[in-house]
Amino acid sequence: MACIEARGLRKAFGTKIALDGIDLQVQEGRILGLIGPNGAGKTTALNAMLGLIPYEGQLQVLGHNPWNERDALMRDVCFMADVAVLPRWMMVSQALEYMSGVHPRFSRAKAEGFLAKTDIRQNSKVRELSKGMVVQLHLALVMALDVKLLVLDEPTLGLDILYRKQFYDSLLNDYFDHSRTIVVTTHQVDEIQDVLTDLMFIHRGRIVLNTSMDDLETRYAEVKVAPDQVEAARALRPIHERQALGRSIMVFAGLDRKQLAGLGEVRTPSIADLFVAVMGNASRRGEA
Amino acid sequence: MNSQTNVMSSAGEQAATNTSGSPTRPFFWSLRREVWEYRSLYIAPLAAAGIFLLGFIVTIGHQVTRMRGMSGMDAIHQRNTMATPYDMASGLLMAVGMLVGAYYALDALYSERRDRSIMFWKSLPVSDLTTVLAKASIPIIFLQLFCWAVAVVLQFSMLVVQSVVVAASGESVGILWAHLSPIQMWIMLLNHLIAVHGLWYAPFYAWMLLVSSWARRAPFLWAVLPVLAVGALEKLVFNTSYFFLSLSDRLGGNPAVVFVKDWPADPMSQLMVGHFFLNPRLWIGLIFSALCIVGAARLRRYRAPL
Repeated sequence: MACIEARGLRKAFGTKIALDGIDLQVQEGRILGLIGPNGAGKTTALNAMLGLIPYEGQLQVLGHNPWNERDALMRDVCFMADVAVLPRWMMVSQALEYMSGVHPRFSRAKAEGFLAKTDIRQNSKVRELSKGMVVQLHLALVMALDVKLLVLDEPTLGLDILYRKQFYDSLLNDYFDHSRTIVVTTHQVDEIQDVLTDLMFIHRGRIVLNTSMDDLETRYAEVKVAPDQVEAARALRPIHERQALGRSIMVFAGLDRKQLAGLGEVRTPSIADLFVAVMGNASRRGEA
Repeated sequence: MNSQTNVMSSAGEQAATNTSGSPTRPFFWSLRREVWEYRSLYIAPLAAAGIFLLGFIVTIGHQVTRMRGMSGMDAIHQRNTMATPYDMASGLLMAVGMLVGAYYALDALYSERRDRSIMFWKSLPVSDLTTVLAKASIPIIFLQLFCWAVAVVLQFSMLVVQSVVVAASGESVGILWAHLSPIQMWIMLLNHLIAVHGLWYAPFYAWMLLVSSWARRAPFLWAVLPVLAVGALEKLVFNTSYFFLSLSDRLGGNPAVVFVKDWPADPMSQLMVGHFFLNPRLWIGLIFSALCIVGAARLRRYRAPL
């Protein structure tokens, strides 16, 4: 059974269409990155999956209808909206007590173990912690939950680079195993390049790219084209071309790397470069 | 869905219910959360009681003089004279309870959206209805019980202080206790707090909770202005004031009296619990409260952080 399954998922806010009939399937044990420009519909898609907003179309998360069964769903799902949602008046010890009280799958010992590695004291209030420490606290609470699906919406927004790196390191090392599923949205695409198993680009409420990272490596190639090969390379219809230090860098889709090797240096594009290539095309198509 | 996944999901559900214990757990923890967040719920009544006790001790000489001057009065006047500071004490706690309850009910579903913490609360397996029911039960039940407990402790402390002073001045302590009959006083206060301040006023608190789950800003104004507008419109269109009259009637709490106001020889015989519960206006108010609470729970489901 797929962890998340959506068919024709649609959501409009007034006349603005946030999700325009999305179909997606996320299998258990994957780490999916949902990437898109501001207002593309990422957060709307996550909110629908978490039962926070009503929607049209079919949606099943771990076999639940999220909108009708949010409280049941939340035994198996956890989400971190972003850094500023822990109640500021709460004491760290109260957060631990409360979580042990309401969540059947919360391990207080685990959370205390994670917190012991930080500078967070149990008698501190959330409002006294720095932004980075609040994220550490929230992450400790979330990682102490034995849930099947973890949803992260811009979890590292506004954090400095040290905490961001640490965040994904502890997520991968201390939390992830292959029975769990993680869905994450972020603007900092480069820092999750090595974390993801699957990648989805979303633009204007539609999915414009949906691939596993393994497929991405075989399907897409970026070539730093040698100056005398530019015309030959363009003839192969790259999906994107940009200039860097006087050289043309082109992204190709669905071409054999051996065929491209003669044109220049071939490598796998970074998520950021692929994003620019795919989004640029999607925008042009949207305008045409 | 095949049978294997059915078995797996039902096993998972079983494990969940086994470890989560009774279904009242989320409710209990929601209550604790409210007390953590709104410390004024217990600090305000305690502080008011403390200040009152201090004032009583400072003016205790005055009380004893008043007791001396009442030898010529009849029993009812004697009782009333002695009871005045005690009635003031319970009145103070009722007023504090109303103020704190109103402040709480207007803020309870608004501040969690304003500070975005609603996203944290909603990430946990607690339903909107459980949350709202916990929030509603605070001003309607638990705050009243707490105010009662504080009033009992306060009045008992006052009695002890007064007894010591009266005894020291050579007067009879027995008259004081006989006239005040503290146990009866406390039973009746409990009755009054639960019946009038809890159940009879429940529509006010439920309405404020509904507004606090709906308003994008200024919940106080949204709670008050539409009420004034309805009353004014009625006056304008029909030249009547039934809406305002029924409001002030409810606020006055008169139809809700559980016992006869004038102090009879045995007030306990005048308890009219049955009469109170047979009053259809009580039930109209409670039905209105239930609708507001269900409405607030539904709104909370749709509401995003501000």
